[in-house]
Amino acid sequence: MTAQLAIVLTAMLGGAIRVSTPFIFVALGETLTEKSGRINLGLEGTLVLGAMLGYATAYLTGSPWLGVLAGGGAGVLLGTLHGLLCSLPRVNDIAVGIAMMTLGTGLAFFFGKPFIQPEAPHLPSIPLADWTGDPALAVALRVNPLFFVGVAAALVMAWGFRNTRIGLVVRTTGDSAAAALAMGVSVNRVRTLATATGGFLAGIGGAFLSLYYPGSWNEGLSSGQGLMAVALVIFARWSPIRCVLAALLFGAAGAIGPALQSVGVTQGYYLFNAAPYILTLLVMVGSSGSKDALRAAPGELSITR
Amino acid sequence: MSPLPATATSAAAVRAVSVATQGMTKRFGGFTALDDVSIAVPAGGFHVLLGENGAGKSTLVKCMMGFYQPDAGTLVVDGTPVAVRNPRDARALGIGMVYQHFTLVPSLTGAENLVISRADAPAVINWGRERERLAAFMARMPFRVPLDRPVASLAAGEKQKLEILKLLYLDGRFLILDEPTSVLTPGEADEVLGLLRDMTRRGDLSVLMISHKFREVTAFADAVSVLRRGALVGGGRVADMTTDGMARLMIGDTPVREQAGRAPVAASRQTVLDLAGLVADDDAGRPAVDGVSLKVRAGEIVGIAGVSGNGQAALVEVLNGQRPLRDGRIFIHNEPFEPVRRDFDRFRVFGLPEEPLKNAAVPRMSVAENIAFRAFDKPPAAKFGWWMSPGPIRARAAALVERYKVKTASLDAPIATLSGGNVQRAILARELSGEVDVLVVANPCFGLDFASVAEIRAQIMEQRNRGAAVLLVSEDLDEILELADRVAVMSEGRIAYTAPVGDTDRTTIGRHMAGH
Repeated sequence: MTAQLAIVLTAMLGGAIRVSTPFIFVALGETLTEKSGRINLGLEGTLVLGAMLGYATAYLTGSPWLGVLAGGGAGVLLGTLHGLLCSLPRVNDIAVGIAMMTLGTGLAFFFGKPFIQPEAPHLPSIPLADWTGDPALAVALRVNPLFFVGVAAALVMAWGFRNTRIGLVVRTTGDSAAAALAMGVSVNRVRTLATATGGFLAGIGGAFLSLYYPGSWNEGLSSGQGLMAVALVIFARWSPIRCVLAALLFGAAGAIGPALQSVGVTQGYYLFNAAPYILTLLVMVGSSGSKDALRAAPGELSITR
Repeated sequence: MSPLPATATSAAAVRAVSVATQGMTKRFGGFTALDDVSIAVPAGGFHVLLGENGAGKSTLVKCMMGFYQPDAGTLVVDGTPVAVRNPRDARALGIGMVYQHFTLVPSLTGAENLVISRADAPAVINWGRERERLAAFMARMPFRVPLDRPVASLAAGEKQKLEILKLLYLDGRFLILDEPTSVLTPGEADEVLGLLRDMTRRGDLSVLMISHKFREVTAFADAVSVLRRGALVGGGRVADMTTDGMARLMIGDTPVREQAGRAPVAASRQTVLDLAGLVADDDAGRPAVDGVSLKVRAGEIVGIAGVSGNGQAALVEVLNGQRPLRDGRIFIHNEPFEPVRRDFDRFRVFGLPEEPLKNAAVPRMSVAENIAFRAFDKPPAAKFGWWMSPGPIRARAAALVERYKVKTASLDAPIATLSGGNVQRAILARELSGEVDVLVVANPCFGLDFASVAEIRAQIMEQRNRGAAVLLVSEDLDEILELADRVAVMSEGRIAYTAPVGDTDRTTIGRHMAGH
């Protein structure tokens, strides 16, 4: 029994790292965007388009890393479009975000049809635990390099928000547009750049989906992970480090089903697969009532004003 | 006006700059907001701009700061005419401005706010070195403000000091202050202004302050310029002027309605409004009103004084039914009162909240409709409680507009098109036209001209004399001292002090406002 529990926990750890990676990228992208004072609900569309373009590029060029870049590029394009549209007077960022979500997924489905069948090269993985000789641990700890990139990005962002001029300008813009204007900062430009950079991160998250895990392109690939990641930002109270921790939590929840299956528990498989969605609901209910969350929220967000 | 002799400064170490305007004129369309105004502030001077709202004070300083381009006139800094095209140019000349609202970023710490406000903020900030430099800077400064906490957690007085520090940090040598003491307790105001005056005496700084508080002018300033309707109507050395003289210059010859006399009241009058242990939270869930108990008798005005942000606004919102009570009860004539329409009518509770356009009117509905809010569903305006007839509504609105001298283009104009004073009058007309038992008033004269202020205060006094229990919440201590029978001071959500107005003074009240 303890052996089985160890297997389940190991599998959940491996699953948490695997499943959390796209959450990390999308949540970091959204954190950056929201810190600048805008909400981009379109990251679900960015995720799907990034996955499709990344897969197609990897298939056509034979290089998965070029695929990752292509995914990020798709995010930059969608993010810039969102940023520019929201810079127009009296345009609501939430409505634009929903439109961008539909646009991103629509474009991906339209151009992605020819790439559902072919096999594209996958991203490599780094074996961290092969030396232990424990096969379960070895499989669980074959970690994708993008996970480390994501964690590094979170550390850089957390450091940058406190220690760089750009970081402070983004926080200023997100907390008080009047103060940013008084400093001579172009609020719309900062927000557009932040949304584009956020889109880049989310696009990379998409490329991870199609190029590592699950590792293929189809239309049901994302199943709402981009939206969950946006919810996760509120749960993480706009802190990049907490974004990583929250993403790992969501990843672990997503890994419950497969982990239990690996030890032969198949009852309630679909119920366990719904764990991340249930967690999202609980998190939203719990954190929207939380006063700390409200206090940490950037002052310029259209939901807090 | 002739240039004023500089105050005693040691010529060796004068860092302050002198600034003068010559024939400054600014028009907005056909309206002349500023008409040929020349003022001169010598290096190391402490100069006050006096004037009513709309007299052109803000327009003048905005022209000096480069927010507006004057239609005529020049700005002279240290004897040289300069062109200031935007606030950045002004800053380069050492001219900085402290605004009425805060320009600090709430979620950033004081240190982060200071460093990021610098034009040459480094791309990567070496906090070790910046802290050392900030410590060295703070050692030269007269104020102490904690720099390691987010600005949102600072008290209003500390924020105001940090705003001033920011300008000095940016090497401001000429400070423009726009009513800087409106968010401070009298004690804090004296401290801040006193320290600034010391800096001007040492020649580190020149100050131009917009104010309407004569006390601050006589206590701190060297010289004063008075504006009225965009024109300079007088000024000179403070030592040569009297408060009465300054007031006359400000108001001009506008006839002011006599203040209604305070009718004597029998001491045994019964309690009408009884607040018992009220507790309510602010929007972020922190306690804003924290156990307020207060009784108001018939024919009495109880004035609640306090620095803005100490729970007065939340208390008024509770009484208006705009904010839920977490604990406590409200009684009127010993019966429980719920702030809902039925009880407002039953107990004859009326109110004039602050910012009436936002809190007591529907901006896009017409003046007549807004005036009918209290009566539109009762006869004669309505039959059977739901069939409205516009005739009586308009007739009543016309009568009230006439009686309360509301200036409006028509009864059908949206109320948002009226000026602030006229919105205030329209709402007062609606609230005071019937029998009033309880009246809740908040900052009723904020931003109004002298004539309207006198009129509105007289209306409030009249209700008191007719036997209403009046709760007056005001950030203007002079207003409370003029109107109230009893003063209550609110500090951090609690009633810190109450006293009959005859038995107390400004200093005692100020000390309790500061929470001592």
